[in-house]
Amino acid sequence: MTGSITRREFLKTSVLGAGLTIAAVMTPTGLRLLSAEEAKKETLRALNPMAWITITPDNIVTVTVNKSEMGQGVYTSLPMIVADELEADWKQVRFVAAPAGDEFKDPVRNNQFTGGSSSVRDMYEPLRKMGAAMREMLVLAAARTWAVPARDCAAFMGTVKHIKTGKTLSYGALSTEASRLQVPQTLRLKNEKQLRYIGKAMPRTDALEKSTGKAMFGIDTFVPDMLYASIVRPQQYGSEVASFNKEAAESVKGVRTVVKIPSGVAVCAEAIDAAWKGRNALNVKWQNPKYGDMDTGSLEKEFAAKLNDRGPVAKNEGDAKAALGRAARRIEATYVLPYLSHATMEPMNCTASVKADQCDVWAPTQNQTGVHNLAVKISGLKPEQVHVHTTYLGGGFGRRFETDVVEEALRLSKAAARPVKVLWTREEDMQNDFYRPATCTRIEGALDEKGQATAWSHKIVCPSIFSRVFPGQMEKGIDPAAVEGVENMEYEIPNLYAEYVRIDLPVPVGFWRSVGSSHNAFTVESFVDELASAAKTDPLEFRLDLLKNHPRARRVLETAAQKAGWGKPVTKGQARGIAYHLSFGSYVAEVAEVSVDIKNGAIKVHRVVCAVDCGSVVNPEIVSAQMMGGITMGLSAALKEKMEFARGGVQSENFHNYDLLRMSETPKIETHIVTSGDKLGGIGEPGVPPIAPAVANAVFAATGARIRNLPMKPETVLAAMKKV
Amino acid sequence: MANLEINGKNYQVDAGPEVPLLWVIREHLKLTGTKFGCGIGMCGSCTVHIDGKAQRSCQVPAGEAQGKKITTIEGLADTHPVIKAWIKEQVPQCGYCQSGQIMQAAALLAGDPNPSEEKIISSMDGNLCRCGTYPRIKLAIKTAAKEGRKP
Repeated sequence: MTGSITRREFLKTSVLGAGLTIAAVMTPTGLRLLSAEEAKKETLRALNPMAWITITPDNIVTVTVNKSEMGQGVYTSLPMIVADELEADWKQVRFVAAPAGDEFKDPVRNNQFTGGSSSVRDMYEPLRKMGAAMREMLVLAAARTWAVPARDCAAFMGTVKHIKTGKTLSYGALSTEASRLQVPQTLRLKNEKQLRYIGKAMPRTDALEKSTGKAMFGIDTFVPDMLYASIVRPQQYGSEVASFNKEAAESVKGVRTVVKIPSGVAVCAEAIDAAWKGRNALNVKWQNPKYGDMDTGSLEKEFAAKLNDRGPVAKNEGDAKAALGRAARRIEATYVLPYLSHATMEPMNCTASVKADQCDVWAPTQNQTGVHNLAVKISGLKPEQVHVHTTYLGGGFGRRFETDVVEEALRLSKAAARPVKVLWTREEDMQNDFYRPATCTRIEGALDEKGQATAWSHKIVCPSIFSRVFPGQMEKGIDPAAVEGVENMEYEIPNLYAEYVRIDLPVPVGFWRSVGSSHNAFTVESFVDELASAAKTDPLEFRLDLLKNHPRARRVLETAAQKAGWGKPVTKGQARGIAYHLSFGSYVAEVAEVSVDIKNGAIKVHRVVCAVDCGSVVNPEIVSAQMMGGITMGLSAALKEKMEFARGGVQSENFHNYDLLRMSETPKIETHIVTSGDKLGGIGEPGVPPIAPAVANAVFAATGARIRNLPMKPETVLAAMKKV
Repeated sequence: MANLEINGKNYQVDAGPEVPLLWVIREHLKLTGTKFGCGIGMCGSCTVHIDGKAQRSCQVPAGEAQGKKITTIEGLADTHPVIKAWIKEQVPQCGYCQSGQIMQAAALLAGDPNPSEEKIISSMDGNLCRCGTYPRIKLAIKTAAKEGRKP
């Protein structure tokens, strides 16, 4: 069902080939659908058509998917949307990964990338309308062929049927005739009851390939005449190459060339083992580390010290300071969260071929636009001479939005004048990440005599991602990611104040599944629990009381609580904790059932009950898989993960000292989908944020100890229990 | 030079005996279903069968694998009960670790067609999955075991 194509192949088969192809463009007045003929015209090409569907005479429907498949199921859910509205037979639907180009940019974000849990959200409307338009064209084509009124014809499972006579023609047979018709712009979409695939647990289109070892990831790319590259990188931030033994490396059998590039010294060889042997012979000496004394402890001190600084105000409603001053009860807590690695199972890699008149990049990337721009820049070629092939991604989680490894492959291919496959080791991957930012947060809260929350004052110290990646989206010096989930907090507290203190450190930071919500849900939902406890109110009741005007939030909280048996007895030795969070347009509440070994502080999470409201659902199977995955990744971070630093560089190296959650540590997870019918929300990320606070709140319920530092390793839990 | 028997076929590979089997399988022979994850035997992505036993191919020098029967994911039929169960339970997300998971599970079931929950967990605990498919992996192993028990 899969493949990737070049732009040239795409133009030949989809735009100029036989059959029916339509595209969609976003114009200032809204979505407009185009025929292949129209889409070819330069004036319209400038509008960036971004979705393409083709029906060929062989009766195959091909959806060109402009989003990367990294496990979240876009190669299934996006074709499902088309197939449904087109009234196609699911068996005739294929997908191809879109090449990079202006034709494939996301209509909402004007960028070809996969992130922000946006794929279905952004593509749902265009894909449905395109499916509907093609269905109408096929019906009309059949009516013309039979010389009967179109109203007497109906589309059904990949065919058009003449109702009175029962004769049928397949979509494939009608495709060429249909391509001569005008693309309708006013469309009648199916009603809820007519939907055939949307809302159903259609099996994943990639399950067979991925269960037989046939799915091709970036690391599986082979190009004729290709070299392998391995790169020696600095162990300390900011240090520079002093010397290296080029001759020794080049004398290793199979080594072809040694090239110094901005990220280190690269050895290019005929085989991967030769590249590593060459790398070991290089003996690179480094000098002038810029932060030689930096380690985990010094970083934590810097964060803590910054709490006394002032920063721009992200939210200021009412007068939190005054309200805190006159509070009947005032509480304060400080939370410390670590840097995290993405640790995608497929280490960073990229294969590039830079030639005089053509450049090809094979990359497991979330950022086609970024890769394409970079390849144009480094190759010096025209955009149309540069082809980006998106492979399957062995995990993305935000890491593959970065293009660092792509730059290496491009530079090395250019230098070696041969295609080059750059393959990072796990150690390189872990030590050269753009980490989830560490944070330090202080929250002060006020309760009145009745135990009502009257003020919330929040200060977060956090490195900035946007200042590097999207500097144009920094507002008043505020990184939107650093305060997401705080400044848009839904709790109805009359006096709300939030301040952002940016901290600039040598440790690079980037998008990590659920981004700012991955840390802010922990602090907000832990502190709400602390307020509930101070008010001597049930944590669920306390939340519901602060969400009177937020029915979607209430409903996920109530659903998760009810399904988990909130308020009912729990297995002896266990306790429940609850948390909820809104991110990427979706509401998720999670209840965790945990027990704590009071002797050694080890936490065991037995069961997690999740309720999600993502508006409406395209594929419930994928939604629950994403919730399960988000909960597992969030739990891995909550219980185990912390990047360690030493001697001015990264100390964590591999899974022996940065381990991920394993099967034995994974709880039973059940997901309940609440369909509010509201605006579509994302599903790739929103499962992550509530789990860490749900577990910490359950630990409090079990032991009376508040865990304010992540991860909740046994020693952290023991230390917190001693304070009780 | 290494002489290897993989999936019933003999291969002569221009790689030193010290090169880990993983790299010979993947990069020299292009049997790319076997994946590289960590290189230290901590993630299980590179799991293959050597004389029927699940082994981390990143930890086995190619020279040591000579004269032994090596099976990779490509050596399992698409109709293998574990693969069928994987599809039925819709296990894969990104899919990268799944070859290793399947090879580990297949070896487990070959040795014990009806493993207990505890045995499944202890056998699978060395295989990491960043997408968090563990609950469905467990389910798929039970499904495969059940299918295997059918007459």
